[in-house]
Amino acid sequence: MSELPGDLYYTKDHEWLRPEEDGSYVVGITEYAQAALGDLVYVELPDVGQELDENDEMAVVESVKAASDVYAPIAGTVVAVNEELADDPESINTDPYGDGWIVRMTAADGVNLDDMMTPNAYQEFLDELEA
Amino acid sequence: MGSKTPLYDQHVADGARMVDFGGWDMPLHYGSQIEEHHAVRRAAGMFDVSHMTVVDVRGDRCREFLQHLLANDVAKLKQPGKALYSCMLNEDGGVIDDLIIYFLKPTWYRFVVNAGNSEKDLAWMKKQAVAFDVVVKERDDLAIIAVQGPDARNVAAALLPEEGRAEALALGQFFAAEIGDYFVARTGYTGEDGWEIAMPATMATTAWQQLLTLGVVPCGLGARDTLRLEAGMNLHGSDMDANTSPLDAGLNWTIAWTPEERDFIGRAALTAYRNNGVKYDFVGLVLKDRGVLRNHQRIVVDGLPDGEITSGGFSPTTGRSIALARVPVGTGDKACVEVRGKLLDVQVVKPPFVRHGKACIEFDAD
Repeated sequence: MSELPGDLYYTKDHEWLRPEEDGSYVVGITEYAQAALGDLVYVELPDVGQELDENDEMAVVESVKAASDVYAPIAGTVVAVNEELADDPESINTDPYGDGWIVRMTAADGVNLDDMMTPNAYQEFLDELEA
Repeated sequence: MGSKTPLYDQHVADGARMVDFGGWDMPLHYGSQIEEHHAVRRAAGMFDVSHMTVVDVRGDRCREFLQHLLANDVAKLKQPGKALYSCMLNEDGGVIDDLIIYFLKPTWYRFVVNAGNSEKDLAWMKKQAVAFDVVVKERDDLAIIAVQGPDARNVAAALLPEEGRAEALALGQFFAAEIGDYFVARTGYTGEDGWEIAMPATMATTAWQQLLTLGVVPCGLGARDTLRLEAGMNLHGSDMDANTSPLDAGLNWTIAWTPEERDFIGRAALTAYRNNGVKYDFVGLVLKDRGVLRNHQRIVVDGLPDGEITSGGFSPTTGRSIALARVPVGTGDKACVEVRGKLLDVQVVKPPFVRHGKACIEFDAD
């Protein structure tokens, strides 16, 4: 498995979150998640403006194998969704940390990222899963 | 850990993602299930189906035994090598398994049955065999590689001893022959032309590697499922099982109702159900919107009871989601499927969806 991007935060459900310069956050699913799902064929996205609590179902990714929920890693509001995924869901397979991003959101008041995993912690979590 | 086929180490070396399938460690895919699917539709792919069980039946009363055991009638098999698809029913008319039976000699027939059912199947067959004095023997010394796709036969012929190639290539659809150490059958589960080749387990890895060298793409169970779904072929345990009548699973065509005096197991129950009026049609569905139909989703038809998807998924060839489904008799060409609380429109069609590389249904304009 390739190196985990160092500027991201991770969840046990295999979402990643990247703080942007404008204060918003981009969310997607990890390399591990896309590999486990197999070829993606459909992504159901939330509406822009939708307010989410932490761990709310935010999107659904469907592969040839199964449908899988994507959970909001933090509470906040959806400010953009990756419309390209409608025609190109497999970009989550080919570029999960880049073109395969799913949602951009702003954080609700009081959100802190301390509950999320650092790249090192997530790597250890993955190592345990595969042990 | 589950059972391993003789090709297990080869799959791992080929980079397969291995999964449990009916107690067997089998390849799900080797990277991209969709690319594997396309390889079979466009050129040639191969599947390790050694988890399926070959069963030989030998004895003077083979035919009589099989005419009792199977819902289809082996009397249709007149030429040696000819194969037949059939259900094996229980007394209640439920489907214990579906299988292919090959007629080799009047005293020798060969079954290929589903992996997950083989223990049950063998117990049932052996129990029924007693009265006919035939011997039912599992051939776990054999491996099976299915080579499928428009180029499959021409490419895979190189595997066979030279003197047997012409005979193998001349096999008609649903015919099989022994070619050297190989048992070559022009059958499959993909809707494409090709062979299923049984061979001594010790030869399987060499054969697989030779096919790889010839450019045949290794394919996993994932592609096998999307290919059979597009081809409108039933999967036991999904589309029907021991509690399902074949008449509710689109398998009426596999029941040999004549001659009426042939007393096959399940006949009485099947006849009673047919006379009382079959409740369901077995149909294909095409999702008009984006999304993916999945097994067990509820089908809503105006003014009729609910139906259910028995096999749903994404069809790589058409780029749509498709399904096989049981719907109440009287369902027209439109219905709705409940997906995560929303009702999505589907077109009701007659399978197959794809044969020989091409879509064979007309999709409604959006």
